[in-house]
Amino acid sequence: MTLAAATNANLAEISNYLIYSSMAVYTLAFFAHIAEWTLGSRSKVARTAAALTAPDRQSPADAPKIQVQGGGTAVLEKPKVVTRSASGSRDVPDGPGAHGGTESGDLYGRIAVSLTALAFLIEAAGVTSRALSVQRAPWGNMYEFSTTFSTVVVGVYLALLLAKKNVRWAGLPLVTTVLLDLGIAVTWLYTESDQLVPALDSYWLWIHVSTAIFCGAVFYLGAVGTVLYLFRDSYEAKLARGGKPGRFATSVLERLPAAASLDKFSYRVNAAVFPLWTFTIIAGAIWAGDAWGRYWGWDAKEVWSFITWVAYAAYLHARATAGWKGRKAAYLALIAFACWLFNYYGVNMFVNSLHSYAGVE
Amino acid sequence: MSKTEERDLGDAGAQLSTAPTENPADQAIGGPTLSVVGWVRWFWRQLTSMRVALILLFMLSLGAIPGSLVPQNSVDELKVQAFKKQHDLLTPVYEKLQFFDVYSSVWFSAIYILLFVSLIGCIVPRSWQFVGQLRSRPPGAPKRLTRLPAYTTWRTETDPEQVREAALAILKKRRFRADAAGDAVAAEKGYLREAGNLVFHVSLIVMLVAFATGTLFKSEGGKLIVEGDGFSNTLIQYDDFKSGSLFDTDELVPFSFSLDSFTGTYAKDGPQRGTPRTYEAAVTWSMGDGPARKSVIEVNKPLEVDGTKVYLLSHGYAPVVTVRDGKGKVVSSGAVPLLPIDSNVTSTGAIKVMDGYRDKSGKKDQLGFQAFFVPTFAGAGHGDMFSQFPGLEYPVLALTGYHGSLGVDAGLPQNVYQLDTRKMEQFKDADGEILKQRLRPGETMKLPDGAGSITFENEVKEWASFQISQQPGNGWALAGAIAAITGLIGSLFIQRRRVWVRAVRGADGVTVVEMAGLGRAESAKLPEELAELAVTLNAQAPTAPEPVEVPAEGAEK
Ligand code: HEM
Repeated sequence: MTLAAATNANLAEISNYLIYSSMAVYTLAFFAHIAEWTLGSRSKVARTAAALTAPDRQSPADAPKIQVQGGGTAVLEKPKVVTRSASGSRDVPDGPGAHGGTESGDLYGRIAVSLTALAFLIEAAGVTSRALSVQRAPWGNMYEFSTTFSTVVVGVYLALLLAKKNVRWAGLPLVTTVLLDLGIAVTWLYTESDQLVPALDSYWLWIHVSTAIFCGAVFYLGAVGTVLYLFRDSYEAKLARGGKPGRFATSVLERLPAAASLDKFSYRVNAAVFPLWTFTIIAGAIWAGDAWGRYWGWDAKEVWSFITWVAYAAYLHARATAGWKGRKAAYLALIAFACWLFNYYGVNMFVNSLHSYAGVE
Repeated sequence: MSKTEERDLGDAGAQLSTAPTENPADQAIGGPTLSVVGWVRWFWRQLTSMRVALILLFMLSLGAIPGSLVPQNSVDELKVQAFKKQHDLLTPVYEKLQFFDVYSSVWFSAIYILLFVSLIGCIVPRSWQFVGQLRSRPPGAPKRLTRLPAYTTWRTETDPEQVREAALAILKKRRFRADAAGDAVAAEKGYLREAGNLVFHVSLIVMLVAFATGTLFKSEGGKLIVEGDGFSNTLIQYDDFKSGSLFDTDELVPFSFSLDSFTGTYAKDGPQRGTPRTYEAAVTWSMGDGPARKSVIEVNKPLEVDGTKVYLLSHGYAPVVTVRDGKGKVVSSGAVPLLPIDSNVTSTGAIKVMDGYRDKSGKKDQLGFQAFFVPTFAGAGHGDMFSQFPGLEYPVLALTGYHGSLGVDAGLPQNVYQLDTRKMEQFKDADGEILKQRLRPGETMKLPDGAGSITFENEVKEWASFQISQQPGNGWALAGAIAAITGLIGSLFIQRRRVWVRAVRGADGVTVVEMAGLGRAESAKLPEELAELAVTLNAQAPTAPEPVEVPAEGAEK
């Protein structure tokens, strides 16, 4: 018994070291990203302005971008598919990425991604050893919730990269916020490893909490995309009006994907995870039914889950409503994510709730 | 998809979803020229428009916020009382706004009722429209296929008819609904998106109705049981009982159970010393006159008997005490449940001797004791009667006694855990000081002047409190929830898209094949899918050698 306790204490300590180490590596990744952005900016690519002001842009169908799909260029006889963006949206190519098409920038970018992957592995090991030390899933308090959360965010990002999705633009914002999240976790939220009170000891809880963390991580990615969309969209709008954005804005925004691509990315990410979020709330209700004898009691945490859910539903509706697409829908998406954040930090800390198991006083 | 594009494409892009379209004419208020029917119709169209649905959804989430910030009567009435005491100015305003009962308030109900009326008003026509779409053919090819988001073309020696036949076969094999019309084949796939969306919205209605029935027919009551005692499910046995407005007591399931033992374990050391680890209530229960069965109820594992659930809510201690009169005759004996006031189960309560007690002079009297109990005492000389640990490690019972009238005959309901000392006199010791004493198990406190004694027996029982609740409609709510998720998955992951294949003989006698695809704005896979289809069709209608001249305009007919 005491031996087991000692190993557990040991594991908890190892977990702490791993979390601190991952923070160190994330910091390195952060600097590599900065290097990528600074070195990459030397290249001059004004593709957006060119695409928006080119004389033939009134009739993009006449000069279509040619995308070769399926067959590939090698086989000449196979038909080529021409795509054309829906009318009403700007026909703008995606930016080249943070490296701006430069080799040194790209090198630093690759280093940044590799460091992020390394930090992710270390952090994941930290979370796992914490789980082993408490002999349960590591989501019993806000410290554990935060470390798991950032691990999952980075994991999803790396998985998207592995799937060859164009998401490298998210690297710098992600690493920055992950560092922030971990900093808050180790300074203010830290809780000694321990077991759970009986009310939290249910497998429904584990289903509920794990899916909640996952949804939050994906919603967060969506929110990052949305914010960048808003910047890039006003940049493109300004160019289209013939305006001249500042040098810094040009340098940064020029390298991001087109507003339409960012918008699509956020929509897909939010829409894909919305059913899971619905499931999360239902799983929570089932657990509440078992633990407290009522499925839904308008407890603060339940209220805010509901608000978040309705806000995302409103966002999805907005996308299908004429006059609400684009920026207005994007604001709704950000409001919805703010609700999620408040549910996570705000309710645990400021509102008296049955769910206040934060472990912080 | 934008309006201009839709017009551009004619019918081809229409009805790719059944979403109500925003008609600009609906948005302008008609002014005084509108008749009553006109107004009603205008209002109805507004209510069932996507825009208003969106606004109502937004208002629903906004309206839910105050309920999470202001204490709610439905959650914790004591907190509401405390809040009202603290905020003299806010209270009347909040009461006016029904902020203490947000989720049953008039304005919150108005929002969700409007939303659901809007939903029904939206769902019904959409379903008809969808059925209509299922029964009609996919819309014919637009004139200029080059205008579509994904387009491909090539020339082939194969006959146009043969190409169309091959295209029809390929599309059908890929489970498109395909149909040859004129010089083109029209095909559509992904109807499950619309079906899923309709299922989702209908499930929302099912869930709401299930919740509503649940609230109207539910019953919920609490009961505190000391180890060894029992409960049978009739109204009079409850300590407190609440029910929905349509609930009938005949619906109480006839079962009974007794608490055999309660076991609580706690963290013995570490920073969270004293944090509960397990709570288990071992019970024996039976249905009507049925056989007795044993079960263990835990915090997350209620006992379920024929739709009624028995939840373990809380627990505490019930020290066994014996009260004797001046002659040594036992006038009261048994376990007295005391209510915990902190997480280490420091408990308070009252011990009442209503009848059977006579004082020294043989006169009828009543006794009352205020009791303070700690399962783990800090140790003699260590200050207060506050428990150090929730487990039973060093129990101490502190008592002070009264005699006189308990006031139970006054007809008013009385809290069994509180002593009403208004008509009672506190016992004093020989020095005239208030008589109070801390007892260890087995010890006795003597009352002055031969008034008797009270003994803390060598036994402390535990009690557990249960919530017994019954709520019909849970099954429906769960079914609705599952259907909602399934529908959502269909609605969000399936793309509805159309593909057209046109094959016509060009001016030079060579067949021109054109393929185009159209989906909702968000479909990324459409060009890929079109390419795959094109490659497959191309295998059966191979590309002809490059012509000398550009294909004639006629190919684009
Ligand atoms: C009870 C409140 C409601 C909730 C929670 C809700 C939720 C949702 C969600 C999550 C979606 C996304 C699914 C998708 O994009 O396919 C959706 C789509 C949709 N909703 Fe609702 N909805 C509600 C009420 C309404 C009402 C009142 C209407 C009618 C005016 C409506 C009409 C639609 C339509 C037409 C779509 C499909 C949009 C599209 O084709 O992309 N909904 N709804």
